[in-house]
Amino acid sequence: MTTTEQCNSAPHVVYIEGEMTIYRAAEIKQTLLAPIVESAVVEFDLSKVTELDSAGVQLLMLAKRTAQAKHGDVRLVAHSPAVLDVMELLNLESYFGITPVIAPRTG
Amino acid sequence: MDIDQALQTFIVESRELLEAMNEGLLGIEHTQDRAESVNAIFRAAHTIKGSAGVFSLDHIVAFTHVLESVLDDAREGHVEISGELVSLLLSCGDHIGELIDAVEPGQRGVDEALALRGVPLLERLRTYLHVVPLPGKPPTIAQRVDSTAVDTDCWHISLRFGLDVLKNCLDPLSFIRYLGKLGTITGIVTLPDAIPAAAEMDPDSCYLGFEIAFNSESDKAAIENVFEFVRDDCAVQILPPRSRISQYIRLIDELPEEPAQLGEILVKCGTLTTKELEAGLGHQSSVASAQLIGAILVEQGAVPPAVLEAALAKQQQVNALKAQNARSIRVDADKLDRLINLVGELIIAGASIDLIARRTRNVELQECNSTLSELVEQVRDNALQLRMVKIGATFSRLKRVVHDVARELGKDIELQISGEDTELDKTVVEKIGDPLMHLVRNAMDHGIGAPDVRAARGKPAQGTIVLNAYHDSGNIVIQVSDDGSGLNRDKILAEAVERGLIEAGRSLSDAEVYDLIFEPGFSTAEQVTNLSGRGVGLDVVKRNITALRGSVSIASEAGRGTTVTVRLPLTLAIINGFQVGVGDTVFVVPLDMIEECVRFSSENDQGYTNLHGQVLPLIRLRALFEVEGAVGPRQSIVVIKHAGKRTGLVVDALLGEFQTVIKPLSKIFGHVKCISGSSILGSGEVALILDAPALVQQAVTREMERSTSALRGPTLAVRMPDAA
Repeated sequence: MTTTEQCNSAPHVVYIEGEMTIYRAAEIKQTLLAPIVESAVVEFDLSKVTELDSAGVQLLMLAKRTAQAKHGDVRLVAHSPAVLDVMELLNLESYFGITPVIAPRTG
Repeated sequence: MDIDQALQTFIVESRELLEAMNEGLLGIEHTQDRAESVNAIFRAAHTIKGSAGVFSLDHIVAFTHVLESVLDDAREGHVEISGELVSLLLSCGDHIGELIDAVEPGQRGVDEALALRGVPLLERLRTYLHVVPLPGKPPTIAQRVDSTAVDTDCWHISLRFGLDVLKNCLDPLSFIRYLGKLGTITGIVTLPDAIPAAAEMDPDSCYLGFEIAFNSESDKAAIENVFEFVRDDCAVQILPPRSRISQYIRLIDELPEEPAQLGEILVKCGTLTTKELEAGLGHQSSVASAQLIGAILVEQGAVPPAVLEAALAKQQQVNALKAQNARSIRVDADKLDRLINLVGELIIAGASIDLIARRTRNVELQECNSTLSELVEQVRDNALQLRMVKIGATFSRLKRVVHDVARELGKDIELQISGEDTELDKTVVEKIGDPLMHLVRNAMDHGIGAPDVRAARGKPAQGTIVLNAYHDSGNIVIQVSDDGSGLNRDKILAEAVERGLIEAGRSLSDAEVYDLIFEPGFSTAEQVTNLSGRGVGLDVVKRNITALRGSVSIASEAGRGTTVTVRLPLTLAIINGFQVGVGDTVFVVPLDMIEECVRFSSENDQGYTNLHGQVLPLIRLRALFEVEGAVGPRQSIVVIKHAGKRTGLVVDALLGEFQTVIKPLSKIFGHVKCISGSSILGSGEVALILDAPALVQQAVTREMERSTSALRGPTLAVRMPDAA
């Protein structure tokens, strides 16, 4: 369901699949927070996310905040339509500090 | 709210804004307060962009964004508003109009061909920009936040969801989605501050808060209802639009976050402007330093700081505007038509009651009926008034035509407008636009000469076209005048002879000669331009105007200019008629065409009589319509006048005035001349409405034939314009 892949060059990319909802909240929390270590830049690839709810949103926000507290950062890339929809509804782009990219990730 | 409906509103409003933009652009060269005018244009573009963003019409946002940037630079004074830029901006406005037209409910896709047409415009716009923005990627969401940042009339909703919301299977997102159905979320900030550190964070609890600026027509109860299900689990605070700053300050005080941070959030979602916030917070801190805890409410009554006062004044302005808007409503034209139709039936029914009342000689009934008739008349007038619109909008559109065509022709032409408040029926307004445009184009192309030609004749290089409108006894008169060289009488005559319209050597009055230019295929222009001169047009103009029961005449003075006068009835639905009887048949003559009624004494079969010492051509309706039966004992002449010419109609009986609803004749009667419609009498009989202009025309034609035959024998070569 969730795969973690260490690229040769930073950043660390985590692919998230399926729904990011209250029903998998504990698992998602684990997945999102695990790769966050001191000074790391983690990219979450959201292209396979089928659903996102408030529980998922606050976990993403938590991950971002936690990473920043550790002088690292979290980047969200390749938003799926479900994610984009929520990002737009809640105007979260400014929080995550990136423009959503729908196309497959290039860098 | 239905999204399609909202979209429809967006389309209508955008068109209005575009029109305002157009008007602003056209007026910008003459306006005193140029800065304000640029501001107004900018605001229009800005609002269109903002609303388009709400509907995710990204292609419109992308295009408008560049336009807006240029306007913003102009506002800052970095870009000079030149004639060229005005033209470019006008074209951009047109393009946005096309884009909006293409937005039909259900087809939000981008029309490639249309988008392609915008590209050269964008290129040209960018040459005015200092910083070229990234193409193709419109900052949709960010725009949504700031689109109503100033002077907002949004609700402000503050939500802090309780920890257990998610456990209760309620998703805060769904409430916000639902809220979006009641109105437009113009700004939203998601607050993660309540989320504890990662270790303590329970993924099943909800920690989110939202600050929302919300634009909606709904009332507070309706908005509160959205959060009905989570009332126990969520702290909801709703501030109505244009709440006082102190109320926002109180909100900030009550919320768990830091006041400064909250203030910024309110600014970010567009609820408060920075100025308002500064005024409010400054106010608050001064109160706090004086140790007056909780006294902010009390302070509300005190003299507010100057800044706050200014902000309030501005808000009041917006309020006044809103109130004005609230006083008018949009009504479907079909509904109005139905109402008018019903009023028409009411008039017919009233006429039949009137008939019976008179027949029964019941005085009481007659009195009651006269009161009723009066009321019906008022209802009719008011109902018709509903459809009356000012002609100003039609004139304004012509401003644009003049601007564009003048550039194309390389002439400097000014359009002067007067009487733009003159009202006429909406159906007439809709149909008069094209003929008027044609007349104006014609005046620009043929009437007004090139600047050097004008200068040579001692005229100012700038030509003037005057559009004027006024009411004249049940008609609206619209005049299009130019100060050009006037019509060349000899040339028109020569052309007419060449085309075989008239015989050489005939003497015609000036008006008759000028009338010839409305003949199909007539053109004296040496040079055919793509505007006019192909001889297509003026005949169509005439036909369109006649179809509206109107008439068109032309006056010209060599070297001084030409004036085309269009007369149109104010409404197409109801006329004041005068009933006349011929045998058993009843005809209706439009009352405003009638000059007088006189006894007919002449027994001979002459086609004319002497009225006040002048020859009055006569038309015997009995003969014209082949009515059977014996001639009545007391014949009368109804003198009708149209376009300065009189004609007498010989009838058997005068039956008096009456109001009537015009029922158009069906198409199979299309070829019938001299009848413009029908009407139903109180008795249920059908009365035919006479086409007075056609009758006058016929009499004049006959007179001419007579004079021609008297002078030069029976040959007849005059072809007059089709009267029907």
